[in-house]
Amino acid sequence: MVPLSYYMILSAIVFVTGVVGVLIRRNIIMLLLSIELMLNATNINFVAFSYYLDNIAGQVFVFFALTVAAAEVAVGLAIIIALYRSKATVNVAELNLMKW
Amino acid sequence: MATLAFFYFGSVIVLTAVLVVALRNPVYSVISLLVMFFHIAGLFVTLHAEFLAAVQLIVYAGAILVLYLFVVMLLNLQQDDSYQRQVKWGLGLGLLALAEVIAIISKVALPEEPAEEKIAAAAAAGNTEAVGKALYTTYLFPFEVASLILLVAMIGAIIMAKKGIMGPEAK
Repeated sequence: MVPLSYYMILSAIVFVTGVVGVLIRRNIIMLLLSIELMLNATNINFVAFSYYLDNIAGQVFVFFALTVAAAEVAVGLAIIIALYRSKATVNVAELNLMKW
Repeated sequence: MATLAFFYFGSVIVLTAVLVVALRNPVYSVISLLVMFFHIAGLFVTLHAEFLAAVQLIVYAGAILVLYLFVVMLLNLQQDDSYQRQVKWGLGLGLLALAEVIAIISKVALPEEPAEEKIAAAAAAGNTEAVGKALYTTYLFPFEVASLILLVAMIGAIIMAKKGIMGPEAK
């Protein structure tokens, strides 16, 4: 059988890929997609621990993470649409509206 | 068999995750994220979380990804979308963090595989029933709060995507 550490390493790889995506991409939609990657990495970890510790709470937590992800996507994409409408760009380097 | 399934799902998940970040066309990135969600659902099935696998497909692949695709196509992003200048720094920091996490994981004592009879008993009781029971008894209050979060997100999305909320056309 697969040891738990394999799941954790898989989750770590996906999470770090998401972090790198946030750091290197210019497109703000790609930043949101990278955040999605990170959320999914944590979900893998939660489900793996739920199975190995024989505790259903991990799966319930993934359910809540899904809810938050859905809310985040809805609000985030609405912000992107509003930004694109006012600035006509999705490049994060040009979005310095709040720069002092 | 379980090991084989894990390595298949795991390798596809890693490959598509890297593609999501590396591909320059946002539409291709979204499609590759879709493939990743399907394989994560498969991984959930091998971990006996069938309910979450179904929810993953319905909510993530069915709703969230369509929303992304919709916005990507709505904004019509065909301009050259290069990476930031700090690609090397980003990759270096990512590899450093990954090495750190793997070093920690290899050091700690993790729980062993649960016993066969326990898994069989849990499977007989049903995964959906178990999740539902936990959700509606122990986690009832967080469940209600989650519905409130969805309501807030819905109202927020409608308000913010409305015309004239920002920019010169605002009244």
